[in-house]
Amino acid sequence: MPNGKFGSHGGQYVPETLMNALIELEEAYCLYQNDPSFQTELSHLLNDYAGRPSRLYFAKKMTEELSGAKIYLKREDLNHTGSHKINNVLGQILLAKKMGKTRVIAETGAGQHGVATATAAALMGMECKIFMGEEDTRRQALNVYKMRLLGASVCPVTSGTATLKDAVSETMREWTSRIADTHYILGSSMGPHPFPTIVRDFQSVISKEIKAQLLSLEGKLPDAVIACVGGGSNAIGAFYHFIEDPSVRLIGCEAAGRGVSTAETAATIATGRLGIFHGMKSYFCQDDYGQIAPVYSISAGLDYPGIGPEHAHLHDMGRAEYVSITDDQAVDAFEYLSRTEGVIPAIESAHAVAYARVLAPTLPKDQIIVVNLSGRGDKDCAAIARYRGEEIVE
Amino acid sequence: MSVKYAFDHGKAFVPFITCGDPDLETTEKLIFALERAGADLIELGIPFSDPTAEGPVIQSANLRALSCGVTTDQIFDMVRNVRKKTSIPLVFMTYANVIFSYGTERFCKTASEIGMDGIILPDVPWEEKEEFASVCKQFGLDFISLIAPTSQSRISKIAAEAHGFIYCVSSLGVTGVRSAITSDIGSMVKVAKQSSPLPVAVGFGISTPEQAAQMAMHADGVIIGSAIVSLIAQYGKQAVEPVYAYARSIKSAIAEGSMPESSV
Repeated sequence: MPNGKFGSHGGQYVPETLMNALIELEEAYCLYQNDPSFQTELSHLLNDYAGRPSRLYFAKKMTEELSGAKIYLKREDLNHTGSHKINNVLGQILLAKKMGKTRVIAETGAGQHGVATATAAALMGMECKIFMGEEDTRRQALNVYKMRLLGASVCPVTSGTATLKDAVSETMREWTSRIADTHYILGSSMGPHPFPTIVRDFQSVISKEIKAQLLSLEGKLPDAVIACVGGGSNAIGAFYHFIEDPSVRLIGCEAAGRGVSTAETAATIATGRLGIFHGMKSYFCQDDYGQIAPVYSISAGLDYPGIGPEHAHLHDMGRAEYVSITDDQAVDAFEYLSRTEGVIPAIESAHAVAYARVLAPTLPKDQIIVVNLSGRGDKDCAAIARYRGEEIVE
Repeated sequence: MSVKYAFDHGKAFVPFITCGDPDLETTEKLIFALERAGADLIELGIPFSDPTAEGPVIQSANLRALSCGVTTDQIFDMVRNVRKKTSIPLVFMTYANVIFSYGTERFCKTASEIGMDGIILPDVPWEEKEEFASVCKQFGLDFISLIAPTSQSRISKIAAEAHGFIYCVSSLGVTGVRSAITSDIGSMVKVAKQSSPLPVAVGFGISTPEQAAQMAMHADGVIIGSAIVSLIAQYGKQAVEPVYAYARSIKSAIAEGSMPESSV
């Protein structure tokens, strides 16, 4: 494995205490990455437990209504636990097991990664502790209950802004204090090397399947792949096998919150600059003195002040485009997809749907857009209802 | 003045405080109080919004300082003032982004001009140190390296390329007071000293005079942060006297701990 750099991004900016754990992880990953029995075991879990391959669904009504490019939805929302997060979690937990770890810890924002981790830990009989910003435990109370139901302990994080970034910081602190029996299942394509590479590889099954499915359905590559980006794991998974296909536009949708010209935004590429945080060099929302900004998005999963290093590099190279989608646009898209296709997307994924609605009408009808529908929206219904001024009593 | 000078008078006492907690005026007073109490080197924390290597005590100090609007430039100004009246070795302790975002060269140049002696970055391990260490070297600052209980075979290569002193992290986890330190500090120090002539100071988790004395038997210096920062949290602008009294007790405990090991 190369040195963990993507252009000038990436690296391993962590306390010395964690260095040997990262080196051990890299060595284990290099060993099992090409190990047929590991891969067989992982494929079995992905297919029979998580329900892969996920469907590539032609969104006929949406296509007709927008009267431009053909739109396909990559249905990661249909995976077990309701999002793409399970792809990475199953890979990492299997790796952790091979490394002799008996306990896993993870951060979560919207709760999708936390639920996926708690699920896999239950399956593997491993102890599990999830760190979640206190603010997010309120926004995503149902997922907190699910994690506990699955046997995990959920630790509300009150430091800083009490959201995803603080959950990541707290999980890193926890890992520093207990390394021997514990693996940190980082949920996004971010953090110190080797996490961005490992997470990307486990998520790249998405683009591998899209490519094969679309070739069989349409006999060609897509013209654009659209995915939402927080840390960027579903996006890098959806992009990866198309990076070498220059005809395929790769479009990441960042959360603009109340707008990129306001302070209430989480759009890192649009408003951030180069920095070093959470183990990596990449782009971060920060002030003039390098203090990390208290970002905002309606989506707990995209409410993060940084972006994974491979995305930062794809941006530098001009290989991927990054656009900003506001809360309003995302909520509209959440409702639009529900009404039009009968699919309730996660509010994170709704950011990608929102941009598809912008892009599709501008493209000719023989072009194809694939939207990575990274998760399902059940968890968001109460919050969106509230956004529209309606209180739901469960 | 240099960092190594701090270790020329027996076992060194190295206190840590966060600049701007509760305000820079108090920080300035605390620096002089610590010097009077016998500190040999002072670590000045530049606050960072998300200090991932810190426990709750220093995290809160960082946030208290930032909520008062303290900036890197204001801290530089405070050090300029302090330097008119003292030559005690001073190092900055902060996070990579604070320096990187300021411009590593601009930061190190200024730090050197105002009389700082070194820099500690807990989120920059051996693998990533070159981009900071080379600039520090250019401006005559010591880039201080850390070794941890998990470092094992890494200790030798870290020690071999270290500057100033070697910061030995006593325990797993983040900064903060611990009732007991279980790592084999003696053997970590021994391995480091096989690869480097530099002094070794132990930090993380030390709070009582007894712990300080015990650590001083194994190492050349003792670093204390959270215990001091707790006093500052408790007493605010009135912390100068309690911090001085505490620092005195630690300094004398360390001096006693300096007795030859055979007599212990």
